[in-house]
Amino acid sequence: MEDALAIDRFQFAFTVTFHYLFPQLTMGLGLLIVLLKSLALWKENESYNVAARFWARIFGINFALGVVTGIPLEFQFGTNWASFSRRVGGVIGQTLAMEGVFAFFLESAFLGLFLYGEKRLGRWGHYCAALLVFLGSWISGFFIIATNAWMQFPVAYTAAGDGSLHLNSFRALLLNPWALWQYAHNMGGAVITASMVMASLAAYYLLSHKHIEQAKIYLTMGVIVGLLFSLAQAFPTGDQQGRMVAYHQPATLAAMEALFRTEQGAPLVIIGQPNMKELKLDNPLTVPRMLSFLTHRRWMAEVKGLDAFPRDRWPDNIPLLYFSYHIMVGLGTILIAALSVAGFLLWRRRLFTSRWTLWILMLGFPFPYIANTAGWMTPELGRQPWLVYGLIRTQQGISPGVSAGNGLFTLLGFMGMYAMLSLLFLFLMCREIEHGPISQLDDGPRPSVH
Amino acid sequence: MPTAWFVLVACMLVVYVILDGFDLGAGIIHPLVARDDRERRQVLAAIGPFWDGNEVWLLAAGGTLYLAFPALYAASFSGFYLPLTIVLWLLILRGIGIEFRTHLESALWRSFFDFIFAASSLLLTVFFGAALGNVIRGVPLNSEGYFFAPLWTTFTVVPNAGILDWYTVLIGAVALAALTGHGSCYVAMKTEAKVRERARRVAAIAWWGMLLSAFAGLIATLEIRPQVLDNYMAHSAGIVFPLAVIGSLAAMICFVARGRDKAAFFSTSLFIAAMMGGAAFALYPYVLPASTNPAYGLTVYNTAAADYGLRVGLVWWTFGMALAVTYFAYLFHSFRGKVEP
Repeated sequence: MEDALAIDRFQFAFTVTFHYLFPQLTMGLGLLIVLLKSLALWKENESYNVAARFWARIFGINFALGVVTGIPLEFQFGTNWASFSRRVGGVIGQTLAMEGVFAFFLESAFLGLFLYGEKRLGRWGHYCAALLVFLGSWISGFFIIATNAWMQFPVAYTAAGDGSLHLNSFRALLLNPWALWQYAHNMGGAVITASMVMASLAAYYLLSHKHIEQAKIYLTMGVIVGLLFSLAQAFPTGDQQGRMVAYHQPATLAAMEALFRTEQGAPLVIIGQPNMKELKLDNPLTVPRMLSFLTHRRWMAEVKGLDAFPRDRWPDNIPLLYFSYHIMVGLGTILIAALSVAGFLLWRRRLFTSRWTLWILMLGFPFPYIANTAGWMTPELGRQPWLVYGLIRTQQGISPGVSAGNGLFTLLGFMGMYAMLSLLFLFLMCREIEHGPISQLDDGPRPSVH
Repeated sequence: MPTAWFVLVACMLVVYVILDGFDLGAGIIHPLVARDDRERRQVLAAIGPFWDGNEVWLLAAGGTLYLAFPALYAASFSGFYLPLTIVLWLLILRGIGIEFRTHLESALWRSFFDFIFAASSLLLTVFFGAALGNVIRGVPLNSEGYFFAPLWTTFTVVPNAGILDWYTVLIGAVALAALTGHGSCYVAMKTEAKVRERARRVAAIAWWGMLLSAFAGLIATLEIRPQVLDNYMAHSAGIVFPLAVIGSLAAMICFVARGRDKAAFFSTSLFIAAMMGGAAFALYPYVLPASTNPAYGLTVYNTAAADYGLRVGLVWWTFGMALAVTYFAYLFHSFRGKVEP
């Protein structure tokens, strides 16, 4: 059984991590495309429409991959996590079904019109199609976050005799306080990915003297939107998420910070490696008393260390949890710094010619992807050993009938399939980038477009 | 309340098979009816704006099943672990095949994705049919309400049969014939000239397949699971399903012969609805019968979620589905008529 559990966990982690490379771009890009199309209507400037069309093509490729890699996740709730689904389907079945009914239909119906219907719909009609696709993807994000937040912070349920949980308040499920901050923080992360990708590609075009006018639009938008959202990512959304973890999952906070002993005036760790043999942090570099201040707003407040909790309540992979959290925060800080410099130069009208900054932006596009991935690993590893925090242990959730061998078969299959998808994706993206923005209108019935 | 959700989930699945059925069918027949790149693009353009939305009906039906019958979702998805994962891979390949084909002007690239598209459409259809066959035949559920089925054992119908035995493969063939006919009528309706002529010819051949396989499927079902007649005996209203099957088949061949493509397409849609409706009617209240001990069978009652969730779900579900139907009406209206050759 132990083996099957490890494979089930790894398969979900692998497929969800791969999947989320695509929606984090499309959810953010959906907003940026709506902004571009708004500017086109407002300023009556065709360049913004050219820009929107180019980014819609990038959006289309990413969206297709997001859709096909998303389906296995909904399936895995049943295939690999049957005991979990049977017990909690009465609660999170609501949010998962709502995603299908309210988001997927909206997105899929208007995606075709958005990607290939610009001529057919006219200016305002096409603007609406873009807006609806954007809305659909953000609604979809909300229901997924509401589901995940419920696993972190279960609310609105009553337990029945057979161990299954029943919903008792629809309102409380949707307005789960955990979900609201998590949603804000997550969507901010998605917008930062899209902004950085936009800025990075613009920097590439500027440095290689191609599509200069278009690149200036992308760079301006990417830097301004990226800077605003990365500041909001630290404060208030990240700060509030951290305080919720501190309050509701104190053992998780201790593990994230590798705080092995309860302390008054606990330090904030910048760098260091958790040593699980001696239960201490090797080579620490810390800011004294900062953790106490951030969690309790008092310098000398007591923060509970791992020693305050029984071992069977510790997250099962503390080093990985610690690194995920620190990578997210570290890269987030680097992004704020880089985008602040770029924002300052943009204001002084020197950004388009500042080769150093352009190089940094161009090479910086992987950072938000890594930060978003690490940002998801943090709560998922931090929730362990629970599948539903405080209620269901992870090992109690797996399907009783699915053996490790069958699990490994499908895991290897997914790996092969996704390796092929990655190659196709990179190939098509490189082609689109080389092709660049073009000004003529691409239209006609999908997909016979030429 | 569980019965209401049984009807709703069954309706969503019927809509899914009618909608995604025409693009699966178009995928199956497209190597036959479209010979060169230009003609193939015609077939793809006929389903292009719709296929993704059609597939969403499967996801939404899955989500609704999870909401209303969590224990059924858990048992069936974990029990059908291998075939469902293979279905996922086929869905991924097919989606990529349709979307990425046009990105490159290369004969090799396009032939490759045409093959992927046709093969995955065909296999998916057979798998979906076989899945329905498994639900009618029953699966080896244990007292906990779980099972695990291998892909195949000996291909005979025994209590611990695999996913594929002669019966479920036969139901797969029923599905293949039905969607081939359905897809041909759709392609004929949306195209012109040579592609339309060939699609009509395929539809006429598929009609024989539909007739014979439906008949063989019926005989075989009565043989391996005579209980399917119980509901028909108890409620004479059930007779509408077999009558609709016969009527729609008769209508289809008349309309195909006269070249009335749209009417033929509606006939095949009715055929699918009647076949699936008839099966659901025969199964109720079972949703997954047991081939081991009949008492282990899963019914709408022992798998349904609690009452409050079902009631509150019904409110937003009705509202959300009304919205979804509006989007689809608008989408089909926007891309109505024939595709440009």
